[in-house]
Amino acid sequence: MKILIVFILLFSCNSLYAGEITGNEILKRIDSNYVSENRRSVSTMIVKGRRSTRTMKAQSWIQGEEKSFSEYLSPPREKGTKMLKLGDELWIYSPSTDRIIKIAGHMLKQSLMGSDVSYEDFMEDNKLGNMYDAELKGEEFMGRRNCYVLELSAKKDDLAYHSRKIWVDMERYLPLKEERYAKSGKLLKTFVITEVFKVGGRWYPKKMVFKDVLQKGSGTEFIIDSIEFDVKIPAHVFSKASLRR
Amino acid sequence: MIRFLIKGLLRDKSRSLFPVLTVSAGVFLTVFFYCFMQGVIGDFVRSTAQFNAGHVKIMTRAYNELSDQIPNDLAILGAGELLAEMRESEDKMIWTPRIRFGGLLDIPDEQGETRAQSPVMGLGVDLMGKDTPEIEILNLEKSIVRGSMPKGKNEILISEDFAKKLGVSIGETATLIGSTMYGGMAVYNFKIAGMVRFGMVALDRSTVIADIQDVRSALDMSDGASEILGFTPNMMYDEEEMTELVKDFNGEFSRKEDEFSPVMLSLSEQGGFGEYFNMAKSMGSIVVLVFMFAMSIVLWNSGLLNSLRRYGEIGVRLAMGEPKGALYRRTIAESVVTGIIGSVIGTILGLAISYYLEHVGMDFSSMMKTSSVLLPDVYRARVTTTSYIIGFIPGVLASVIGTMFAGIGIYKRKTAQLFKELEV
Repeated sequence: MKILIVFILLFSCNSLYAGEITGNEILKRIDSNYVSENRRSVSTMIVKGRRSTRTMKAQSWIQGEEKSFSEYLSPPREKGTKMLKLGDELWIYSPSTDRIIKIAGHMLKQSLMGSDVSYEDFMEDNKLGNMYDAELKGEEFMGRRNCYVLELSAKKDDLAYHSRKIWVDMERYLPLKEERYAKSGKLLKTFVITEVFKVGGRWYPKKMVFKDVLQKGSGTEFIIDSIEFDVKIPAHVFSKASLRR
Repeated sequence: MIRFLIKGLLRDKSRSLFPVLTVSAGVFLTVFFYCFMQGVIGDFVRSTAQFNAGHVKIMTRAYNELSDQIPNDLAILGAGELLAEMRESEDKMIWTPRIRFGGLLDIPDEQGETRAQSPVMGLGVDLMGKDTPEIEILNLEKSIVRGSMPKGKNEILISEDFAKKLGVSIGETATLIGSTMYGGMAVYNFKIAGMVRFGMVALDRSTVIADIQDVRSALDMSDGASEILGFTPNMMYDEEEMTELVKDFNGEFSRKEDEFSPVMLSLSEQGGFGEYFNMAKSMGSIVVLVFMFAMSIVLWNSGLLNSLRRYGEIGVRLAMGEPKGALYRRTIAESVVTGIIGSVIGTILGLAISYYLEHVGMDFSSMMKTSSVLLPDVYRARVTTTSYIIGFIPGVLASVIGTMFAGIGIYKRKTAQLFKELEV
């Protein structure tokens, strides 16, 4: 009888736990941790190719999910290159040609500055909850961190990745590992957070590795050198005029 | 005896006309298809060699693995040194470096913003060098339909259809957006000097041709090249010679443990061209066999009808004591004569239309709008020495084989019944 009571208690605890949090609620927590009204950051991108490694530094201003402006600070060949995202439109300014070029269609699939990230990845909505429905599949350890394992399926047909599998830190609500799949089920890209830091009361990725699994090479490493949340960004930053400034 | 047979055939037209017409038609089709296939495959090989594969091509081993993706980050570095070495060691061959590149071609408006944009396939070739062979290899001067050859820095040629699509004219700026050799973003302004039409949908759809030095500046490929192409001096591909050259080069330069060491491939080793070559070689035999088979059946049938019509004649000849074997052999001799006459007529007709199509060609451009293979829009036949004799094989053989089968009936006639049959 005692065994039966213990079993019933355990079963009901498990059911209570299962009812406690859903995949979509986990996505909401990830989004609320990631997204802020405004942020400014300086980041380093290290592209590890088969023949050489390139390091680029960029400063970015981001407002919500719709607007972002980036300026490359180094190396010399890329210095002064600027990118402006407004909604689903993207422009690039090249100082060597003094041209403002709209990136659209076929070009969005191309690699951003030779990295494992495409322009399409760059353009992506920051909020996972806007793009995907999540299903909680279980729990796994990523290193020493206990994680929820979620399977995401696209809400819309026009997304770059039809489904994703993510491992979310149960305490910090950061997706420590991500696998991104095509509609056919083929793995296209992986994303791993290798270091996190606490800034302004929230946990944020410090170092990440993005890997296009269809390409040879060791992937692209992103390092957040500095980041400020909820800073004031003048409206003119997010205009095409600021590209030539 | 031959004169006797010819007289018989000429005087009794019902005996010779149908077999001669059948053989003529079959031989005509054999000669025409043979010449046409020779022309199509020859054009395909020539255009592929000129624009893509060369007679031999040198790349890095890593580039070769992914060559369909044009991975310029894996291109040859120190191309100048390798080129000089090849020009010295294989001085009879023509060697030339090329850079293939892809990306977007962006046309600016007055404010320098995007007015039109489209994916582009580019070719960086030696346009400005002294004694450059590329202008002749790519037939550039004759392909220009508007404007002129690039004379200054950063001037390019653009395919006319592509220019129309982008709404761009001579003298305008076109910005290339692509990737540098090191993976960075390449944005580079070119000026349109001329418009070309190659007569190949795959090239005319979205191609630009620029001087290799300008492309090196654009893609940060100082002394780099995607590939170094080698051509025989007479521009005729020689499989045996090229295979030997490939073997020697790879033995000396290519190392499996170094993915950036150069590797040479012959034309037949690239993109399954070996299969096309084998197909071209066996095309004559295939055409001959197909028509020989078809004509044999038709002529067998015709021989059977002839046997019925000449039933009485054969009976009388047998009754007069002509041996069955001699009669059978004479019938076959008659078929050789009809076969030769039909083959001569068919060959003359086949060569006539082939010569016509060699000059005029057949335009298939409307059927190749989405083609990505380097095939010309206009297909031309090609008359070779073999074209003059190839028709005689099916012509004579089919005639003889058909008669041999039909003539077996002679041996089935029974001498004892001949007079009875002749009474009827």
